[in-house]
Amino acid sequence: MKTRYLPLIATIIVFVSLYLWGALQFDNFFSMRVFTNLFTDNAFLVITAIGMTFVILSGGIDLSVGSMIACVGVSVAVLIEHYQFHPILAFTIVLISAWMFGTFMGILIERYKLPPFIVTLAGMFFLRGLSFVISIESIPITHPFYDEIADFSIPVIGGGNLTASTVIMLIVLIIAVFLAHYTRFGRNVYAVGGNESSARLLGVPVSRTIINTYAFNSFLAALSGIVFSFYTFSGYSLAAMGLELDAIASVVIGGTLLTGGVGFVVGTVFGVLIQGVIQTIISFDGTLNSWWTKIFIGLLLFVFIAMQRLISSGHILVYFKNMKGRVIGDTKADTTRY
Amino acid sequence: MEPKSILKVSQLNKSFPGVKALSQVQLELREGEIMALLGGNGAGKSTLIKCITGVYTSDGGSISLSGQSIRGLSAEEIILKGISTVHQEVNLIPTLSVAENIYLGRQPYRFGLIDWAKMNTNAEELLSSMKVFIDVTATLNDYSIAVQQMIAIARGVDMSAKVLILDEPTASLDNKEVEQLFTLMRELKSRGIGIVFVTHFLDQVYDVCDQITVLRNGQFVASSSVDELPQIELINLMLGKQISNKNSSGKSRHTTDSNSKPFLSASNIGRKGMINPCDVNIYSGQTLGLGGLLGSGRTELAKLLFGIVKPEQGTIQIEGEVKAFGSPHDAIQEGLAFCPEDRKVEGIIGELSVLENMVLALQAKQGWFRMIGPKEQKEIGKKFVRSLNIVTSDINKPVKELSGGNQQKVILARWLASGPSLLILDEPTRGIDVGAKSEILQIIDGLCKQGMALMVISSELDEIVEFSDRVSVLKDHNMIAELTGKDISTQKLMETIAHEGRD
Ligand SMILES: Nc1ncnc2c1ncn2[C@@H]1O[C@H](COP(=O)(O)OP(=O)(O)OP(=O)(O)O)[C@@H](O)[C@H]1O
Ligand SMILES: [Mg+2]
Repeated sequence: MKTRYLPLIATIIVFVSLYLWGALQFDNFFSMRVFTNLFTDNAFLVITAIGMTFVILSGGIDLSVGSMIACVGVSVAVLIEHYQFHPILAFTIVLISAWMFGTFMGILIERYKLPPFIVTLAGMFFLRGLSFVISIESIPITHPFYDEIADFSIPVIGGGNLTASTVIMLIVLIIAVFLAHYTRFGRNVYAVGGNESSARLLGVPVSRTIINTYAFNSFLAALSGIVFSFYTFSGYSLAAMGLELDAIASVVIGGTLLTGGVGFVVGTVFGVLIQGVIQTIISFDGTLNSWWTKIFIGLLLFVFIAMQRLISSGHILVYFKNMKGRVIGDTKADTTRY
Repeated sequence: MEPKSILKVSQLNKSFPGVKALSQVQLELREGEIMALLGGNGAGKSTLIKCITGVYTSDGGSISLSGQSIRGLSAEEIILKGISTVHQEVNLIPTLSVAENIYLGRQPYRFGLIDWAKMNTNAEELLSSMKVFIDVTATLNDYSIAVQQMIAIARGVDMSAKVLILDEPTASLDNKEVEQLFTLMRELKSRGIGIVFVTHFLDQVYDVCDQITVLRNGQFVASSSVDELPQIELINLMLGKQISNKNSSGKSRHTTDSNSKPFLSASNIGRKGMINPCDVNIYSGQTLGLGGLLGSGRTELAKLLFGIVKPEQGTIQIEGEVKAFGSPHDAIQEGLAFCPEDRKVEGIIGELSVLENMVLALQAKQGWFRMIGPKEQKEIGKKFVRSLNIVTSDINKPVKELSGGNQQKVILARWLASGPSLLILDEPTRGIDVGAKSEILQIIDGLCKQGMALMVISSELDEIVEFSDRVSVLKDHNMIAELTGKDISTQKLMETIAHEGRD
């Protein structure tokens, strides 16, 4: 088995065990309805965490996504309610603006060699500030289009149903998986995160890759903001506070290395779902404080980061590696790394 | 008719802050020609290559490919123009698979998506045509530097459309692999591709090259056809001075009285998959040479002795007392030191200065509470910069700004300076120019005279013959012979490696 699948497998095992544990504890837990609700409730987080996966894979970080979601919510609400834009037009405008904003951050990071942490921290303050400038109050969205979206649902056997948010999330997921694993852009992201200077020497268009990664992430954060507004029927400048940290946690629990270059988009989805399952368990239980989610996530993060350290320093795999590397006939290559 | 010139460099300049790395350098490469680019460590070979390939922008001069100026283009654009390069340090992506590394940026597509199956079979075919049989879907990091080097070469060869540039590709390869590479180079040559080849092994130059261009201190010295430039003259051109004829003829071997005890004595030491149980005795004031092919288990044996990997069986005695090393730290406490072969990864701290890198091991050994005084530090620095001929404008500059070979020398200096009782050197002359090579051999001899025990691993037989007092030969993870006295000769070593243990 390949080293790089270990964290992903661990994540899936954690998810499945939590789910089974819940199913054993509570009646009705093991139902299609609970399962599909998991997606509906977390669709927006999955979407933005997928974008974050690309950024982290490229060796960067983006702290602005939470503010982006709030800002998009407020902007969409204002465009629809105050300026009578059709929602589709409003969505198009915010998505394009977000793409441009991400490109701008990417340029600052790539061209001027500024640390992504600082640039996106600035982006986070800027976007949050902008949301307040647009509107301090929460703006309800009453457009009939939103009602249609709320009514949309594809029934699934066993009493579950796929909402519009879930469908959008699944489409994003499929596109992202193909983008990451089956296109040059995706592989370049991995290469840049694996070793930027080598990637440059190998002819990878490093600047373009990094800039597009941030643009793509901001775009997905904006899409996530739109999906979030389907959920809340409003735009509120205080929404999604600290959500960037949830996204980052999901990516890491999903098995992506914080240093970049290693990870899977699918892992991130499980990273989000693990948080979702814990929340569901807590709500089923009814006596536990919902902050237990955070405590449990904190513990999981510790465990996963420790596991990644072990794997990347090679301790776990020493035993597998000894036999590798035959060069020319029967001579074994030096196994120099331990 | 003269073959057409494809790559032409003239009047090229390149400066780094405080260093003029290239001044008025020229080079002309014709179709189907193999050009050796030679010069001592820090002569500017890699810098020239990086200027040609768009990694650095040169300060002035011209570079043209088939008559078209390519100066100022980006690295990506140069690759598209048909120049492919294998850089000095393996520059691949450690976290990607072998196949991906070979096809990065030019993956085969099918229905608008990357065709992984095709990529993997192509990679497998390409590598097996070079007699490298590995799992191409495994992560690059799982393989040794030598294998990674072959993978980098495979990529470069596969991509070369007009010009292939190889910056010291043979540094970590053994003879068979080098032969393999030469076969490939000759094949490319017959297809009209021009090749620039950097190496410190002069024999290889005469084996495979047509033309030679020599650089010294960033300046163009000479260009000539191989036939017109005998080796002695070439060395003089490279170093700018005569070097005394090799003193290998009459090396006196350090001997021990029959009743003296070894400093380190390992008996029946081994570990599955690394080295089969064997005995090693290393005496103070002597050098034990470890010979054998790449992958025969030499590095593994060193790692067992130094406590990097725990042996599964056998014991180690230091001056007659049984010791068990749980980690390299324990070994260092007992007076051992180990200078690894893969110095780029395992040794160098790029951000620290040349001097800091040098005194690191000595300082660690003394303990961090007894700082080495600045004056003493400087003396150590000066001594090794002079004796190893390290090219650096300033002893306080970050070591990553030195040329590849000079970085190697700094790490070597670190271990030589630490004054251990037993020093293990793994391929100490790798990537080091001819001038400094003989210096290193002399230093080894000097250390023996001072009573240090040495174990030196080397793939170059004449080197082993030159510095060893006793030689242990490894093959396929077994110790197959120990040679002493008159038996230590290139001829005998070659025979031993070739014949012994072949059923
Ligand atoms: N990035 C850099 N910054 C500053 N100085 C540099 C840098 N790269 C190279 N140099 C300097 O330029 C000179 C030439 O270095 P270069 O790497 O071209 O040598 P080289 O001929 O390839 O040597 P070697 O055989 O050791 O690889 C050296 O003096 C080195 O210190
Ligand atoms: Mg070099």
